[in-house]
Amino acid sequence: MISNSLSDKPVGVIGAGNFGTVIANILAINRPVLLYARNGHTVKHINHKRENRHHAIHANITAVNDLAKIAHECDVIFPMVPSAHFRAMMKSLSPFLQPYHILIHGTKGFDVSLPDGETIDSVPVLNRKSVKTMSEVIREESVVVRIGCLAGPNLSKELAQRQPAATVIASHFDEVILTGKKLLRNDRFQVYENHDIVGVEIAGVLKNIIAIAAGALSGLGYGENAKGLLVSRGAVEMIYLGRALGGDVKAFLGVAGIGDLVTTCNSPLSRNFTVGYRLAKGEKLDDILNDMGEIAEGVNTIQIAKKCADHYKIRALITDRLYKVLFEGMTVEAALDFLMRFPLSADIDFI
Amino acid sequence: MEILEEKKNKNKPYKPILEDIPDWPVYQLSKNRTEFIQEVTNQTIERIKALRPQRKQLTDDLEATVYREQNRIKRNKWRADPADDSRFWSGIKGELVELGNKSQEEADKATDSILERIVHRYASEIAGNFKQTSYRFARSVIKFGFLRLLNGTRIKKFGAFFRNRYTLRDKIQIVGKVKMIRSLARQGTVVMVPTHFSNLDSILIGWVIHSMGLPAFIYGAGLNLFNIKIIAYFMNSLGAYKVDRRKKNLPYLETLKMYSNLAIQKGAHSLFFPGGTRSRSGKIEKQLKLGLLSTAIEAQRSLYMAEGEPKKVFIVPVTLNYHCVLEAPEMIEDYLQVKGQDRYFPEQDKYGSFGLIKFLFKFFSNPSSISVSIGPGLDVMGNYVDEKGNSLDNTGRIIDTRDYFVSNGDISIDRQREDEYTRMLSQRIVTEYHKINRVFASHLVAFVAFQMWQKKHPKLDLFSLLRLPEEELELDYQEFKTVFKKLRKQIYLMKENGKIHYATHLKGKSDGAIQRGLDNVGVFHLNRPLIKNRKGNIITKDLSLLYYYQNRLVGYDLEQFI
Repeated sequence: MISNSLSDKPVGVIGAGNFGTVIANILAINRPVLLYARNGHTVKHINHKRENRHHAIHANITAVNDLAKIAHECDVIFPMVPSAHFRAMMKSLSPFLQPYHILIHGTKGFDVSLPDGETIDSVPVLNRKSVKTMSEVIREESVVVRIGCLAGPNLSKELAQRQPAATVIASHFDEVILTGKKLLRNDRFQVYENHDIVGVEIAGVLKNIIAIAAGALSGLGYGENAKGLLVSRGAVEMIYLGRALGGDVKAFLGVAGIGDLVTTCNSPLSRNFTVGYRLAKGEKLDDILNDMGEIAEGVNTIQIAKKCADHYKIRALITDRLYKVLFEGMTVEAALDFLMRFPLSADIDFI
Repeated sequence: MEILEEKKNKNKPYKPILEDIPDWPVYQLSKNRTEFIQEVTNQTIERIKALRPQRKQLTDDLEATVYREQNRIKRNKWRADPADDSRFWSGIKGELVELGNKSQEEADKATDSILERIVHRYASEIAGNFKQTSYRFARSVIKFGFLRLLNGTRIKKFGAFFRNRYTLRDKIQIVGKVKMIRSLARQGTVVMVPTHFSNLDSILIGWVIHSMGLPAFIYGAGLNLFNIKIIAYFMNSLGAYKVDRRKKNLPYLETLKMYSNLAIQKGAHSLFFPGGTRSRSGKIEKQLKLGLLSTAIEAQRSLYMAEGEPKKVFIVPVTLNYHCVLEAPEMIEDYLQVKGQDRYFPEQDKYGSFGLIKFLFKFFSNPSSISVSIGPGLDVMGNYVDEKGNSLDNTGRIIDTRDYFVSNGDISIDRQREDEYTRMLSQRIVTEYHKINRVFASHLVAFVAFQMWQKKHPKLDLFSLLRLPEEELELDYQEFKTVFKKLRKQIYLMKENGKIHYATHLKGKSDGAIQRGLDNVGVFHLNRPLIKNRKGNIITKDLSLLYYYQNRLVGYDLEQFI
């Protein structure tokens, strides 16, 4: 019996980036929100100017710089920090967490633990022993077991404009899904449920690979037929990879899979898309990344997915070709040529 | 054959933690047996009605139950079944048919009465029958019998039968966290969850519990064991309750779970084999049965909801390590037959009372020893606990298990959540099994030999490999020794990282360790799984059996070092 009324305790959001801020604003419609920012200046700025990253801040939001306070005052916390910092954040948060806490994260990315001195580039094999999803990081680093994840086509800008959108909350626990739904749902934001949390998380990560490919096609000047081909075959490849990594097919067919994939492949402003676009224009990866200042998640994902596919003996042609383009100097044209000539017949063979 | 002398057991006998049997929770339970059965019945009915709120749903289930029960009586009758089984169920069937002719109100009433009788019948069947006098008697018989057998068979001299040179302690080594389990049993309710390889396990564990100074535990023993009269007597008197794996109907399963749940709540230390049935493949169980395990979690939550100082439930994983499992040949045959198909294992017991005595004689006349590893205590969420029973997180911080059941500041009942917790707990127990598992020399030689043969025939799948004629398989001793040493080193390394344990006899010169392994692996079987031939090379007489024994080390990724 899950109680229908949620208490009036504030909800925590960790990470005042674009997405974190937008989610905090959505949560603030229903409840008071404590928004954690690492940077003291950001906290002051939010609390005084009521603005962050060009988003107006809802009156129900208080920015804080104290993880202990968040853990102490909130039963439900939404970690929204980049995957590269996620484990470190969990390590600092963990001492304050108790088994009654519910954590629903919105981070799309893998956590990779490597032996000292190794990089994703140099390590010979990668498998699920060293590649973890964020929910697994939460489990490893804390006592929290009621974990959920938020995934779907959620471009911060559109959410901020209150355009219609949907998300998936995935968790093994009905309680977590219902709690998340109650907190997030509004007339412009639909929330779907899924029990396959790992599948949903993996779908959210793998779509970054296809986003780079979409950029590349666009850079070559191809149109909508090519994109249709890429999205459908990309989805199939995500499913192959996703199953090997422990996800279930269904997650990939839903909002967090196909939904997110279509959105990402159609948003030319995203970093992943840009990488693909400029590669197709003949630029070198190093130059592109130097320009961008921040790493595009998809580049890492391709390396991880390629090595995992090798280890689990999965045929992942698109990923494999992109890997060759990024790291072995193959041209985008040659990669595309290979894919178009590859003898494939079955359209769908996983259902 | 060289006699394998284990290091003399340093364990001193433990003092009982509760002096008088009347203080034991299991005794309290059986003293109030009638009331307890009634309580189980009432609560089970309540639960079933919550699960099947409409009468139509309930009668559907009852009809299915009758159908299955009548089928069971026809197809698979056991000696332990009550004499009036057939009459009872055809009576119920008649009443169910009659329901159609009754008014709404009468039918409701009649359904309730049918349910009540079925559940009460099941509850009475399940309930154990612990008796103080027969417990004392059974205990001393087991102790005396074992001791006489042990000395009589091992010292080949006239009159040896009455000497006390060997005690059970030399035969059965208890290692691991004995002090902790004793301390936890004083503070809360212990649920012991051992691996299950042999029918001997139940008796063995009974002795182990007694010898650690703990009060009797209640067991969920397979009803099939009660077919054998001698065992039935001991089981009854040791506090066993009966689990009938043929009955898969809703009322039965709910009654069984409620029995266990309430017994744990009343503080009766419990034991169940979470693997459900003996491991047919010889592998450490990977998939545990969640039914009984869930009762530990439910009981814990109920205890937190009850008034007064809440008692804690502690889970203690235990592994039993044998050189030889008597039933191995039949079990591995079963396993290979059904591998890949999810088929029901019929429980066939080829041993009657006489077979059992023969087995015991073999068991004691052989110097091959057994070790029982007691794992660290866990709370119902699988967190380690300290000796005071506090749950600890990964960093050693004390946390409150109660918080796992808290939602919005209060304890709530959420079955879906608890199902998930059960799954998590089962995974934790499996991990813990692998950690506390003790590698014997016999396990390692079996693993090395089998994997070497597999590697020499990389194209063959398991079944083709097993079909190879045994005469064609021969391993050069030196080659075997090199690989053995390499793997043993890996096991030493893993032990340092807390991933596994090994028996002291595995150490020392590798020739000696290999010899001990060969002498002991599957030693009671007609066809030995591994021996040396005249040339001193390694050969097998039964590859399937070897497969069974090597399976013990599957799941550690050791294959890569072959």
